[in-house]
Amino acid sequence: MAELVASQLSCMKRDKVLFESLSLSLSPGQLVHLRGPNGAGKTSLLRILAGLSQPDTGTVTWNNRAIDNEFQRRLVYLGHKAGLSAGLSAIENLTFWCAQHHIRVSETTLFEVLEVLSLVGLEEIPVRLLSAGQQRRVALARLWLKSSDIWILDEPFTALDTDGVALIQARCETFVRQGGAVIVTSHQPLSMKDMPVSVIELEGQL
Amino acid sequence: MNALYAGVFKRDLSLAFRQKGELLQPLMFLLIVVCLFPIGVGPGPEILQRISPGVIWIAAILSGLLGMERLFKDDFNDGTLEQLILSGLPLSGIALSKVFTHWLVSFLPIICLSPVLAMFLHMSLPMYQALIITLLLGTPLLSLIGAIATALTVSLHRGSLLVSLLLLPVFIPLLIFATSAVESAAMQLSYGPQVAIISAMTCLALASAPFAISYALKVSQH
Amino acid sequence: MWKWLHPYAKTEKVYALCSRLQPWFAISAIALLITGSVWGLLYAPADYQQGDSFRIIYFHVPAAMLSMSTYVAMAIAALVGIVWQWRTAFMAMVAMAPVGAVMTFIALFTGAAWGKPMWGAWWVWDARLTSELILLFLYCGVIALYNAFDDKQQAGKAAGVMALVGVVNVPIIHFSVEWWNTLHQGATITKFDKPSMATEMLWPLLINIVGFVCFIAWVTTLRLKNEILKREGARPWMTSIVRRGSGNSHAV
Repeated sequence: MAELVASQLSCMKRDKVLFESLSLSLSPGQLVHLRGPNGAGKTSLLRILAGLSQPDTGTVTWNNRAIDNEFQRRLVYLGHKAGLSAGLSAIENLTFWCAQHHIRVSETTLFEVLEVLSLVGLEEIPVRLLSAGQQRRVALARLWLKSSDIWILDEPFTALDTDGVALIQARCETFVRQGGAVIVTSHQPLSMKDMPVSVIELEGQL
Repeated sequence: MNALYAGVFKRDLSLAFRQKGELLQPLMFLLIVVCLFPIGVGPGPEILQRISPGVIWIAAILSGLLGMERLFKDDFNDGTLEQLILSGLPLSGIALSKVFTHWLVSFLPIICLSPVLAMFLHMSLPMYQALIITLLLGTPLLSLIGAIATALTVSLHRGSLLVSLLLLPVFIPLLIFATSAVESAAMQLSYGPQVAIISAMTCLALASAPFAISYALKVSQH
Repeated sequence: MWKWLHPYAKTEKVYALCSRLQPWFAISAIALLITGSVWGLLYAPADYQQGDSFRIIYFHVPAAMLSMSTYVAMAIAALVGIVWQWRTAFMAMVAMAPVGAVMTFIALFTGAAWGKPMWGAWWVWDARLTSELILLFLYCGVIALYNAFDDKQQAGKAAGVMALVGVVNVPIIHFSVEWWNTLHQGATITKFDKPSMATEMLWPLLINIVGFVCFIAWVTTLRLKNEILKREGARPWMTSIVRRGSGNSHAV
């Protein structure tokens, strides 16, 4: 399986340097916890790794090739924004998302996933009427739906209750054990049972 | 192609029909703007007939601009756009699908409403025929070019006025040829050249706009 | 060509180039504009039909010509920026935009001022004046779009796309306005394009056109340097330049 390698990345926002000559690699079966103070560039780094934005210098490669559609087929990215349309219900949001990502999924699978996330009974309600934590759970359902090699998760635990956090951490653990790679930002420490977590600190510049 | 249809087009359509009120607003706006003109310039049939092509076209452009901002704004704000960019679907295809949806929900109703407007402004039958032809061929151009400017301003908090500022000068040639076609029809002249030019402009936009839109959407993610 | 051009993707190179070129542009702009204007306004013979009011062409024609070419230059810079991802190309585009807008405004103003004695009205919907006016709107759009963004790099890219959309439109607008004008007004007196212009009238005009080109280049280099200073002021290479500059002379 393939390795995600970022070398000599630099990123500028509003003509200020966020980070410079940053290199990291993410190999299968690895869980990386990206930490740093607010404004250190964690989100920018994750967006560059996902291929959403371009670094000012440096390259990101996957499988020794520049990241492309093939990479994105094997990627689940969850950003600050949940990626859910407020006017559509949970089930509609997920169905359309699966269609966009070329995932064949049956209604029963969808319901099973929603059950794991204890969202049953809420699937037909427009997402805007759900609580913040419930919306986050709907967004995180993608971790169960798409078969992938790499997850890029930006603050996935925001608004989740303790059960939810435990659920997602357990899901990450299974995924990493199966050979997946995860890079995650979070302000709370990850409590994985007997699993090494590599930590990358972004210093942030004032 | 199938993913584009099932994941993007159907989604946009069902979202649009979820908000039926918002669908009707530009249409009401158009109707009211057109009604203002007889009140403003007087109800004489000759003058109304003379200004009718310009009035209907300007009103159509303005009401099209009203619905334009929704084209990418919601998707940008709630993060759907990020997921779409990462879906592996060609972004220009997504853009084209969204533009087509916009045309279906904002301009097709206007075209359906146009007989009423033509009646209000005392258009003759040949004029009305020319109007329908120019609307059918010209409004896709509005959607295509409009989507470029909307995509450029999508990451701005308040961009709706800016979109109009950017777009209105660009729409001037279309306005000129469309109104001139209807005026030629009023004088029983052939309006083939104008229609040909409008079609050429629409084809040019159809070929190039999707790429400009997808570039603009990528810039918005920076 | 590529090898020669490539270093100019770097801001410090562009800054150095601008500093080198700027005095030459300044000197030639001042010399040419003074020569051309004095010659044109005082010594060139008066027109037998329009009298002295024709002398406004010594400003109107260069401004009108260069308002269009500046827009094209801006679009070329935008294209370079988009294709090769040069930060400096977008900076150059932004440096040019207000200069071009001012040229357009000068062309409009002098056109209107000329129209008053000739047509008896300050504003006539003449084809050329109308397309200049639309051009001014296009310039304003690009500038407004650039200013709306906080992140100037993103702003440059967005304004670049708009400049390209505009440049595709400029010929279409020009053509459509001509069409519209002949349709609605019949042929008005087309001004200024006399096939044969007396040589003593033509020379000052040519000198002024070149003078305007140098002037635009001068202001653009100045604005480009300014833009680089504003955006890269905190970079190490910049602070070293600034320090060296203030060590040599105290005048800034």
